[in-house]
Amino acid sequence: MTRRRSLLWWIVAVACALLIAWWWFGRADVVSDQAAVSDATLRDPALIAKGAYLTTIADCAGCHTAQGAKPFAGGSAVATPFGDIPAPNITPDVETGLGSWNFNAFWQALHTGTGRHGEWLYPAFSYTSYTKVTNDDALAIFAYLRSLPAVHRPAMPLALKFPYSVRRNLGAWRALYFREGVYQPDSKRSPQWNRGAYLVQGLGHCNECHAPRDALGGTPKDKHLTGGEIPEQNWYAPDLSTQQNGGLHGWAAQDIVDLLKTGQSAKGAAFGPMADVVATSTQHMTDDDLHAIANYLQSLPPRKMASAEPELFDADAIAQQGEKIYLQHCADCHGKDGTGVTGVYPPLKGNSSVTEPTGVNAIRTVLLGGFAPSTAAYPRPYSMPPYAQQLNDSDVSAVVSYIRRGWSNHATAVKPEDVSRYRQTPID
Amino acid sequence: MLFVLAALSGMSSSAADTPSIPDTLPQRIAACTTCHGVHGEGTPGSGFFPRLAGKPAAYLARQMQDFQNGLRKYAPMEYTMRQLSPAYMREIADYFAAQQVPYARSPAPVVSEAVLQRGALLVTQGDASRGVPACMSCHGKELTGVEPSTPGLVGLPYDYLSSQLGSWRTHTRGTVAPDCMATIAKRLDPSDITAVASWLAHHDVPPDTHAQPAGSVTPSMRCGVLGATGEGA
Ligand code: HEC
Ligand code: HEC
Ligand code: HEC
Ligand code: HEC
Repeated sequence: MTRRRSLLWWIVAVACALLIAWWWFGRADVVSDQAAVSDATLRDPALIAKGAYLTTIADCAGCHTAQGAKPFAGGSAVATPFGDIPAPNITPDVETGLGSWNFNAFWQALHTGTGRHGEWLYPAFSYTSYTKVTNDDALAIFAYLRSLPAVHRPAMPLALKFPYSVRRNLGAWRALYFREGVYQPDSKRSPQWNRGAYLVQGLGHCNECHAPRDALGGTPKDKHLTGGEIPEQNWYAPDLSTQQNGGLHGWAAQDIVDLLKTGQSAKGAAFGPMADVVATSTQHMTDDDLHAIANYLQSLPPRKMASAEPELFDADAIAQQGEKIYLQHCADCHGKDGTGVTGVYPPLKGNSSVTEPTGVNAIRTVLLGGFAPSTAAYPRPYSMPPYAQQLNDSDVSAVVSYIRRGWSNHATAVKPEDVSRYRQTPID
Repeated sequence: MLFVLAALSGMSSSAADTPSIPDTLPQRIAACTTCHGVHGEGTPGSGFFPRLAGKPAAYLARQMQDFQNGLRKYAPMEYTMRQLSPAYMREIADYFAAQQVPYARSPAPVVSEAVLQRGALLVTQGDASRGVPACMSCHGKELTGVEPSTPGLVGLPYDYLSSQLGSWRTHTRGTVAPDCMATIAKRLDPSDITAVASWLAHHDVPPDTHAQPAGSVTPSMRCGVLGATGEGA
């Protein structure tokens, strides 16, 4: 921890220097004025309808809504290792929301991560992705948000410790990890591929979860979409490449479309945070957009095989003990061969949620059980029993190790200590 | 089990490896029945996993929604409800409401006669000096609840009753405003909670445990879950 801290300060110092230069020379560009947008434009029903769709894809409500409260009215917070960052009210309330914002200010927030008074916003707000959103799309989103009923709800206070509480310090972070700029289509690729890339990298902000974060909470560019543990949530968002050794290895385009549209697929089901994303966002996407996403993901480059850590314990003995538990508790649904039941129970063989590097997804799914999301296409999902009461830490580690190493799976075994740690994880 | 059936019916072993899954609600809700029992019988012994069987359907659906919205707190329930649609929750609630399971007696603490008398008073007459109406005035004369949204109080374990009354006071159970039960629980003294929960846990379950028909009582306070009909505050 202290090593991490001192490294952090070193980076902050270097980055500050970088930043001053960047800020000095980059400022003019940042404030470049948009032509003023008229009220009549913002009230155009066609623009609002387009904005409603884009806002759903971007899942703005996912963060800007407190549990069970009015959508977009804030009152929620994004948990980060540095503390909780409140998501403000983005309904058109004048005092507590975006009521007195003009489009220019909104564009600055989405595109440059700058607040209304020129202050830097925390990247818990996914502007690192939204910067790729086009001006036209941003305008539609703004028009939609303006059309919502105004809700009066002041933001919660910022719960960050020094030095993270000082917004000015974000300059260093931004210099390291933030590249401002609208998505630039690749003329060598098809329009479908470009649409997919735009959705994945921009509006869909997939990279905010599906990439590793370093000690400063940033994602190095070469790690985009390679999978990562979601900070503070203890779920692993798998690698999204479908090529060899990728997390979605063996997935057909249709499997990706199915998962995003229905919450189910022949390769795996959505659970945890991905169930939320499917329910609130991706199930509402058009088939064209879903196929575009699949097309783009299928083009991601193959990854190097993650070198399995040497195991300091007898992984095979643990897995053998796990086989008995598997046959007794799990095989009725997931099948003796781990192939699941199409459209009912997900396969565990070749499932990236089982084989992801950490084991956290399988451990927590076994402890918590649960339902895939109800979606319009699959309104009555089947469920998995929670085993937190029935199985102790060593049973869970055994059965999880078994499914991670069984059939064609080649992931590391997990230890009882890992299970005990994830038993303590707060659920949301 | 499924494998045995498959083998008996002469299927090839590879087909038997892919179990055939009944397209039934109980099969779909294996998560719920693991904790609450296949028929929603709960765990009467410990009282920890509440009984769902035979409780009014709208009441059950409302509780599921309250967990989903974080008004009622229990992390595994909140997680399980997270992305269930209102229609699906209602279907599941209807299933449990229709289950007929005899009530099992749960252990209740031994308390003095005075405590039981205080409990009886609260249930049948309330305590006007504290602004607590009689429990019967809403939960029905037989205390078996009232359709569609008021649950029964008899047959519930002592531990469950007292922990629920406690959770309204600690804001870990809530519902749409006006939250009449929260108001009542806060007006009760901790010793009143012991008294009322003891009396209810000792009380015999009447032969007919069905909730009384809708409209058969006029609630003595306004309750959000009852459409805020009723009188007084
Ligand atoms: C991953 C969570 C997350 C998502 C998704 C998200 N936001 Fe935010 N947003 C935040 C947080 C947290 C802040 C506060 C940042 C800060 O205080 O620096 C914020 C701040 C903002 C602000 C600045 C408001 C102010 O009062 O300064 C605007 C505008 C905004 N978001 C709009 C949007 C829109 C539009 C979308 C969808 C396109 C969106 N957000 C999606 C988390 C999110
Ligand atoms: C009653 C049927 C049932 C049983 C028994 C069952 N599961 Fe599951 N399992 C499911 C369902 C349904 C899902 C999808 C849940 C979701 O999407 O939230 C699932 C999901 C999973 C996942 C995540 C994979 C994915 O793609 O969603 C893992 C890992 C898993 N189960 C392991 C096990 C293990 C290990 C056991 C035995 C200890 C077990 N399951 C027992 C039904 C079952
Ligand atoms: C991990 C175990 C677990 C699972 C899984 C679970 N529950 Fe619960 N449930 C509980 C506990 C414990 C409580 C009581 C919480 C409290 O004290 O408030 C509860 C409370 C309830 C209540 C309120 C009961 C009342 O009388 O007020 C309902 C309704 C309910 N659960 C329905 C369900 C349904 C339906 C499912 C599946 C969709 C489900 N539960 C899954 C453990 C579970
Ligand atoms: C004004 C009407 C009203 C009165 C008076 C009232 N209740 Fe309730 N009670 C309700 C309603 C409505 C619910 C269900 C909705 C909810 O959870 O808030 C409920 C729920 C309950 C529950 C939850 C049962 C379960 O299965 O989880 C308990 C316990 C309870 N009441 C106890 C009492 C006791 C004890 C008294 C008397 C001291 C009492 N109530 C008086 C209206 C009332």
